[in-house]
Amino acid sequence: MPNSPVWDIAIIGAGIVGCACAAAAAAAGLRTAVIESQTPGGGTTAAGMGHIVVMDDSPAQFALTRYSQLLWQEWAPELPQGVEYSRCGTLWLARDETELRLAVAKQQAYRSQGVPAEMLDAGALAAAEPKLRPGLAGAMLAAEDAVLYPPAAAKFFLDRARAQGACLIQGECAALAEGGIKLRDGRRVAAGEIVLAAGAQSTGFMPGLPIAPRKGHLLITDRYPGWLHHQVVELGYLRSAHSLAEDSVACNLQPRLSGQILIGSSRQYGATSAAVEPGMLARMLQRAMDYMPELAQLSSIRAWTGFRAATPDKLPLIGAAEGHPHVWLATGHEGLGITTAPATAALLLAQMTGTPAAIPAAPYLPDRQPETGEAHA
Amino acid sequence: MPERVRVKVNGRELEMPAEASVAAALMSAGVSGLRRSRTGEPRGPVCGMGVCMECRVRVDGRAHQRACQFSCREGMEIECR
Ligand SMILES: Cc1cc2nc3c(=O)[nH]c(=O)nc-3n(C[C@H](O)[C@H](O)[C@H](O)COP(=O)(O)OP(=O)(O)OC[C@H]3O[C@@H](n4cnc5c(N)ncnc54)[C@H](O)[C@@H]3O)c2cc1C
Ligand code: FES
Repeated sequence: MPNSPVWDIAIIGAGIVGCACAAAAAAAGLRTAVIESQTPGGGTTAAGMGHIVVMDDSPAQFALTRYSQLLWQEWAPELPQGVEYSRCGTLWLARDETELRLAVAKQQAYRSQGVPAEMLDAGALAAAEPKLRPGLAGAMLAAEDAVLYPPAAAKFFLDRARAQGACLIQGECAALAEGGIKLRDGRRVAAGEIVLAAGAQSTGFMPGLPIAPRKGHLLITDRYPGWLHHQVVELGYLRSAHSLAEDSVACNLQPRLSGQILIGSSRQYGATSAAVEPGMLARMLQRAMDYMPELAQLSSIRAWTGFRAATPDKLPLIGAAEGHPHVWLATGHEGLGITTAPATAALLLAQMTGTPAAIPAAPYLPDRQPETGEAHA
Repeated sequence: MPERVRVKVNGRELEMPAEASVAAALMSAGVSGLRRSRTGEPRGPVCGMGVCMECRVRVDGRAHQRACQFSCREGMEIECR
């Protein structure tokens, strides 16, 4: 096409990761296009929980989530009200003395990295969240964790990118081509560099990518203002998130600013249908009610599912795609892509523009060697 | 004569036929706005059969009960805002 522009960067996918990359690229002065076949932010981004959480499954995961959490804190004053950013903190629940020891170890690990964390004994925990069942041993409070509404956050990044000259192209990418991207309707988008940010669908462009869809269920209640104050997660969540083979559920409750309570979460491999599965939903709710029995009294409004893009080592792929010159990856964020989108954008742009990054990029490079050390927590 | 029961609507006592739905009780008491939407607009019963969720009120301290779905009981306390 004679008059169509040649973009410096064309990004496939306007989920929160693609939108964050677009904002960073446009801010760096690059001519940026984002291509989206559906609603921007309407993929896994709209299905996620929006918990901005430090996770310590591995040192690299810790570094990325904490760095990104600090970037969210920098964005916070600029986020519109609709993003519903709220620094409510996370309570990591310990059922018994064994889990309490895990919580203390977790607290020490956080503190050694300069992340605020404090221990609550049983009484302090009951005072902080009166709806928790009696008998829990205590909790670790990560006070800097936050929650937000992911599709609105994606739109915020997209709006920023567009305000700095980026362009949203509605269309379905069919394949990578020499010097650009071929769209399903026959159009071509010419670009110097291509960023693949298509979430769990990224394997459609590179079948060899080590990404598998991992299904999750969520349910949201009607509005009960004041019912829940913190994101409340059982320590066993780490085990659930870590397991690579088994279906699992964990108690993970989130207070929305509207007073609604978002109840999660489940993890399944091998599920391909997006349908809500009553059996899995029941298991998930039972687990939540084990911790907060009065949840049974609340009205639910909607349940849905989403697919996380899971990698074998649970770290995203951020950097040049092996064997594909001028193609970059920003995908594979599993259950942490809302948290880690800003850090992903910063690390990717640093690599693309040859500028220094704030944290080492090596653990997230697509051609990294599989980690040999055992996982934490 | 059907049995009569006394209920309270926002603290005000009302006498109703026992088989009347809470929604009917509220309407006969002249209450049309049963609740407020998130943006503050008044809302009231639409379908009368438990589907639209527009008629939610607080009953005996429990939020989001559908007024069209159950009958008045002696001593019931209904709150609508
Ligand atoms: C149940 C659940 C709970 C979660 N909770 C959290 C949480 O609490 N905290 C957290 O940090 N993360 C959470 N996540 C993970 C988070 O939602 C994801 O990591 C994140 O949304 C990934 O964003 P993305 O931009 O990579 O993918 P997506 O949002 O899926 O975006 C990819 C986009 O690419 C588009 N696309 C795909 N193919 C094409 C094509 N051929 N042409 C054009 N466009 C295309 C899609 O339409 C889509 O909009 C959760 C996920 C699930 C499922
Ligand atoms: S009037 Fe529709 S649910 Fe009650």
